[in-house]
Amino acid sequence: MPDGLKRMITDEEFKKWVSEKWGSSKLPIGGCVPLAGSSKFFKTGDWASKRPKLILKACISCHNCYFYCPDSAVIWTDDLDGDGKIEPIFNYDYCKGCGVCAQECPKDAIKMEDI
Amino acid sequence: MAKKLKALTGDDAVAYAAKVVNPDVVAAYPITPQTIIVEKFSEFVNDGEVDTEFVPVESEHSAMSTCVGSSTAGARVFTSSASQGILLMYEILYIASSSRLPIVMAVANRAISAPINIHGELSDELSFRDAGWIQFYSESSQEAYDHTILAFRIGEDKRVLLPVSVGLDGFIITHAIERVEMLDRETVHKFLGGERKAPLKLDWDNPVTFSLLALPDYYMEVRYQVVEALEQAKIVIKEIFAEWEKLTGRSYNPVETYMMEDAEYAFITMGAFSGNAKTAVDELRAKGEKVGMIKIRVHRPFFSEEIAEACKNLKGLISIERAHTFGGPGFAVSQDIKSALYYSKNHPLIAEYCAGLGGRDVLLPDWFQIYEDSKTAFQKGEHVKPVWYGVRE
Repeated sequence: MPDGLKRMITDEEFKKWVSEKWGSSKLPIGGCVPLAGSSKFFKTGDWASKRPKLILKACISCHNCYFYCPDSAVIWTDDLDGDGKIEPIFNYDYCKGCGVCAQECPKDAIKMEDI
Repeated sequence: MAKKLKALTGDDAVAYAAKVVNPDVVAAYPITPQTIIVEKFSEFVNDGEVDTEFVPVESEHSAMSTCVGSSTAGARVFTSSASQGILLMYEILYIASSSRLPIVMAVANRAISAPINIHGELSDELSFRDAGWIQFYSESSQEAYDHTILAFRIGEDKRVLLPVSVGLDGFIITHAIERVEMLDRETVHKFLGGERKAPLKLDWDNPVTFSLLALPDYYMEVRYQVVEALEQAKIVIKEIFAEWEKLTGRSYNPVETYMMEDAEYAFITMGAFSGNAKTAVDELRAKGEKVGMIKIRVHRPFFSEEIAEACKNLKGLISIERAHTFGGPGFAVSQDIKSALYYSKNHPLIAEYCAGLGGRDVLLPDWFQIYEDSKTAFQKGEHVKPVWYGVRE
């Protein structure tokens, strides 16, 4: 029953939960998922048939790709070309290849390549 | 303690019951003959007599969606609808039950279109009998009042956690004034165990997600939880009815019998028809007929064993419902009854009638006619296959 499930678990524990195939009495009520951020355990990047590739010198660091990505798969941490601004890196673990980043880039700095 | 009595229509009775429960959220859209429930309740909101967050929505689909949303946040939620409104919110009804949200909905039972008919018929609530909701049918304003309060307690029980619909026949109960004994808020609050304590709810500090995708490997198990909950509900309903009797003196059972001790024939029905049936039984008994009646108060979960038990000494059972279905081997209620009797060793002959559709009157002469026609068939050892009583062909 739901109250017995822990809220914070390790990756290994989660993999074990998912592979155990619980029955109706052990599953939380209504199929509720009683922990936050569980989607990080499902690396849906393997659904993609295309991948975004950044053309570094065209990027103006506008952050459009970051905001539009529906999977939060654009990582925004490093200044890749030393111009004092941060450029995006794509997290292929979760990127489903939808191409919205390429569509929304004002400088066409993202190209969708076949995997 | 002096009893508080009021002369109320069924709609008003439900509104007063909701008032005394004081739910956290009410989201509803008007439709005849339910409109007065929510209009009356909105007066209480306006006058500050309830603490409810009243959400006037743009359709019944939005009403039930709002109810599901607030219920997942842990709120005690009430709504109401009828007929086309129920059909409009239909997809969300299934979501409410399998997400285990104890929403209470009063259904002012009304006929379904087309043609448009605003009058009383149980078909709307029967249309979602498979959705996993617990379903009540009321015979009077008093029952509508009581059922509304009971619905919160039954639905929120930890062993159940299911939404509950409380039916009252359109116009016949909703708009007719009857005597209602009312309870005060403190008594009801205590009966409900204080505020709702949802075991899982949307909460900043303990984030959860409801009603997600379930692939073929998990869907059946999550849905089966509703089966288990409805089985538990059979036990819980009887327990809570017993408590209600101690509290109010009114004794309720999921299946009730009237004059069945030595009955050879019996009517079986639900909703306002129960009142007509009891009067018909009284009059027939006065003429020497050995007849009784069985009333189904709770239609879902279906109390098969209790019904089979009630039928045990009968030669013939006359099922009569103010509702209709198309294309099936019987009508909604009569099919359930036949299924319940299939496993039991009690196999009375059966007469299946639907009558009073679209709010048409079914008065005593009609009840006597139905009785005579059925008894004639039963004496020949025959069933009466589904009949639309009184239709002009």
